[in-house]
Amino acid sequence: MIELIYLTVLLPLLGFIINGVFGSKIKNEKVIGIIGSSTIGLSFIITVLAFFETLSLPTENREHIIELFTWLKVGGLDIHIAYQVDQLSLVMALVVTGVGFIIHVYSMGYMHGDKSYWRYFAYLNLFIFAMMNLILADNFVLLFLGWEGVGLCSYLLIGFWYEKKFEKSTTSEAGKKAFIVNRIGDFGFLLGIFLIYLTFGSLNFGEVFARAGAPGIPESTFNYIALFLFIGAVGKSAQLPLYTWLPDAMAGPTPVSALIHAATMVTAGVYMVARCSIIFVSAPAILTVVAVIGAATALFAATIALVQNDIKKVLAYSTISQLGYMFLALGVGAFSAGIFHLMTHAFFKALLFLGAGSIIHAMHGEQNIQNYGGLKKYLPTTFATFLIASLAISGIPLLSGFFSKDEILWFSFANGNVLYWGIGAFTALLTAFYMFRLVYLTFMGKERIAKDKHPHESPKVMTIPLIILGVLSAIGGFIGIPALFSGESGNKFEHWLEPIFKNAGNKLAIYQTHSHSTEIILMIISVVLAITGIMVARNIYLKNPSFADKMKNRFNGVYKILWNKYFVDEFYDRLIVRPIYRFSESVLWKITDAKIIDGVVDGTASLVNSISEKIRKFENGVAQFYALIMTVGVAIALFWIIFSL
Amino acid sequence: MQEIYNLIPFVLISAGILVSLIFEMYAKNSKRIIAWFSVFIFLAAGFHSLVNVDNAQLFFNSMLQVGGNINIFIFLFNFAAALVVLMAMDYSSKYGNNFGEFYILLQSSVLGMMLMAGAKDLFVIFLGLEIMSVSFYALAGLNRMRLKANEASLKYFLLGSFATGFIVYGIALIFGSTNTTSIPQIVDKFGELTHNLLFMAGILMFLIGFSFKMAAFPFHMWVPDVYEGSATTVAGFFSTAGKTAAFSAVIITLGSVFMHGNANIFEPYLVVLAVTSMLYGSIVAIAQNNIKRMLAYSSIAHAGYLMIGLASGNYEGIAGIIFYLAAYTFMNLGAFGVVALIEGKDETNLTFESYTGLSKKQPFLAAMLAICMFSLAGIPPFAGFFGKYYIFIAAIKSDLTWLAIVGVISSVISIYFYLRVVVIMYFNETEIDLTVQKSNYGLLAVVISVILVIIIGIAPGSLIDLISSFLK
Repeated sequence: MIELIYLTVLLPLLGFIINGVFGSKIKNEKVIGIIGSSTIGLSFIITVLAFFETLSLPTENREHIIELFTWLKVGGLDIHIAYQVDQLSLVMALVVTGVGFIIHVYSMGYMHGDKSYWRYFAYLNLFIFAMMNLILADNFVLLFLGWEGVGLCSYLLIGFWYEKKFEKSTTSEAGKKAFIVNRIGDFGFLLGIFLIYLTFGSLNFGEVFARAGAPGIPESTFNYIALFLFIGAVGKSAQLPLYTWLPDAMAGPTPVSALIHAATMVTAGVYMVARCSIIFVSAPAILTVVAVIGAATALFAATIALVQNDIKKVLAYSTISQLGYMFLALGVGAFSAGIFHLMTHAFFKALLFLGAGSIIHAMHGEQNIQNYGGLKKYLPTTFATFLIASLAISGIPLLSGFFSKDEILWFSFANGNVLYWGIGAFTALLTAFYMFRLVYLTFMGKERIAKDKHPHESPKVMTIPLIILGVLSAIGGFIGIPALFSGESGNKFEHWLEPIFKNAGNKLAIYQTHSHSTEIILMIISVVLAITGIMVARNIYLKNPSFADKMKNRFNGVYKILWNKYFVDEFYDRLIVRPIYRFSESVLWKITDAKIIDGVVDGTASLVNSISEKIRKFENGVAQFYALIMTVGVAIALFWIIFSL
Repeated sequence: MQEIYNLIPFVLISAGILVSLIFEMYAKNSKRIIAWFSVFIFLAAGFHSLVNVDNAQLFFNSMLQVGGNINIFIFLFNFAAALVVLMAMDYSSKYGNNFGEFYILLQSSVLGMMLMAGAKDLFVIFLGLEIMSVSFYALAGLNRMRLKANEASLKYFLLGSFATGFIVYGIALIFGSTNTTSIPQIVDKFGELTHNLLFMAGILMFLIGFSFKMAAFPFHMWVPDVYEGSATTVAGFFSTAGKTAAFSAVIITLGSVFMHGNANIFEPYLVVLAVTSMLYGSIVAIAQNNIKRMLAYSSIAHAGYLMIGLASGNYEGIAGIIFYLAAYTFMNLGAFGVVALIEGKDETNLTFESYTGLSKKQPFLAAMLAICMFSLAGIPPFAGFFGKYYIFIAAIKSDLTWLAIVGVISSVISIYFYLRVVVIMYFNETEIDLTVQKSNYGLLAVVISVILVIIIGIAPGSLIDLISSFLK
């Protein structure tokens, strides 16, 4: 099955082509949905089989490269369409196809009755195609193709309901914002790729990482490469300061937010940094930057999430915050912990978004949590699964989020310092608080539902995906039980990924030994913090609803800042967007474009046209004249050869 | 045994001609059988040459090479011919000129091309050239009841013989100065003869003669009239296989000169021809209103791009030319194939007006033609883009960056008339009705061409790998 891994890429492409080309002709929604979902389902089955086949192989034989064909060959550049099947890409592929399949199925219910049903599934399949290219690529060019592809799909899907109003403008404006902000990151990423080619003379992962591991390349070069790559990751994974597009990306359909803007695409940056771990550990300064940005983003986004009222906005800021955790893990050299959290986060965050989708579906589009309340009795399944996910993300023991988050916190203390840990732990407190604020305001307490809304539980096609993800969110962490509890066998997940990060780990060599007692104490503290967060939320929003308003009035200044998301959007607007806009309008458009470029283009066009009209008369149909022209040509050529010798 | 095995493409086509001749005499009414027979021998010869790369061998006193690097050309000739037969099957009967000669002439012209590509001696080149050209003159006038076809045939014949005269004269001068007609021997002596006027003038004459077949400026004058006058399928064959054959002959002779480390003495000549052909073809094509004439001028422009590869005179240039020829063969045959399908009886439906709103009436054909136009214009991810790309890279590597820039400018100009077709098909509306006769085989040929255009565009590296394996 490893040899067939390319099918996991081609099947979604096939689905895209079928639905994209013939979709508008297929009148039956079921057929479109089944085509869209089954291609991803088959990809998932192939990935699972490839995973078990890899698992059965000895550790040193687990990396495979499946080459399809030569893509580009120019000078020293030799790029193949080749897919790398190894421990890291398999984990990612399992998450993408698995969660992707569940969300495709869910979408069949959620998008029911939409006039562009086929377009939705075509885009979604195209997204999986691009994402699979991104994670399976064995070289930077193919990775970049996937990287841009997922960006395109993200843009198309954010603006899917392009005429729908979103906040102050339309959803297509939100799509454009996501695309443009991502361009900044992509530009950095591209520079990084160029620099890699310049330094290592190759863009193939195997060759680049082997040469990066060998001595002889100055640290400053690594610093630049790592910095540029990280800029790319910051854009795609919505970290400070390029995170502003992600909250706006919530304009798209909710399953899209679950798939692209929570579980898969936004984690591409984390994956890329982990894949390039050897480059990042060779640039310790940039590794510190990664950790600092990660920690800062985690805290920053969590504070904003405290006061938002739009259910999807809260989840969006929560995603940014959790991505911050992952970068914190990468920054302290705990690559497998970062990937572990990526995986568990994909489960519970996809579940939260799909749950939110189920609520929005039930509430006929209402997204303001202040207008919810007491939904528990109308939406029992949604409530149960949403609760599991909230407990998981808060870090309640034995649920998936507990293991992964705790591992990050532990490594940020063990490899980093107390400050990283402190920020992480405090963010965990905030996370528990805002998540349970959401739970209490939505499902419990007094009903504040508008009279014309009649909430109802979603159909099975939507609730079964919720239940599956609920199970995964609950038990998904057991594959990564820390060595502290599992004893001799150690952390299975870490062990599985070890060969990928071995070189980076050796180079870093900062693993200090801390006693198990420290680990246990830190773990207890983080659990206590999580429970405190939940309790505080319960006291404020369930027991004492007026208290929230009191606090709001008392700390009006802080509230205003948080409510307006630290005015970052406004700040960017004043400082960057408007000046560029003004410059574009007054200089680039009215002078450069309208006068200079248009003038030159139109002028050339009419010049060429008139020349063309003149010389065509040259072709007069008289054979003797043709022969004459030839003779003149021959005469000139002969004169040239005579005089040049 | 190995010798006979290597010779199979030549034997197959030669025997095919004889068999078809006899068959045509006794079975007047089954043209389909000759057609399928031709498709079969073309495909057999084509695939044989594709798998038989490594066994280069010389025949007939080292006058003819079989196998090895010439096989890529042999494959292209045969494959293009097979596609043209598919296109012509229904096309010919539609216009009442479904003569058996068509297939026989096609076969003999392919035989001539194969001789040109495999020649190791100037006489064999000449022999091949004449077999091809005479077949072409007859093919151009196949539609013998049409005045325009007769005119095309006669013009092609007159100007073609004029050009052949230069080639013969060139060969005479070369023989006079070197005492040999064997190409390897001439290549060996090339270094010491670069200041011999007779020799250089001979090579130049030889080159001029082939510039005519390539349709390069100023030896291009026949192209628009002949393409317009002859049947669309035949014009498609002239523009692809004919051009490839001319380039193969020049690559066989001059290419080995360049590869032996000799200075590229003819660079000024090739550069001038490249620049003028590109610009002339692209600019004049804008003023055309007949799609076949437009494609004729486009063919002149493409001869210019290909000349850039010759002017660069390096390995990349040669590989680039072969890549470009492969890409051009398929995208141009695709375009001519669609034109042949749309064309009505008595040369109607050939102006741009007939293509207005085609996307509504014939969405599939419109899409196919659009892909061919995008590819001809050099827009990624289609084959034409990478063809231009490799040629321009070759020019930059031999310090001819300015020539690459001219090439890009010319491409920009050419986008105007290629995309005009797409705009007319997709964005203009019309009331005029268009009836298109169904032709499954013609459609099949178009689809194969377009699929190849897309595949080459997606995996250009694989084709370059293949070409490198031929050239090593």
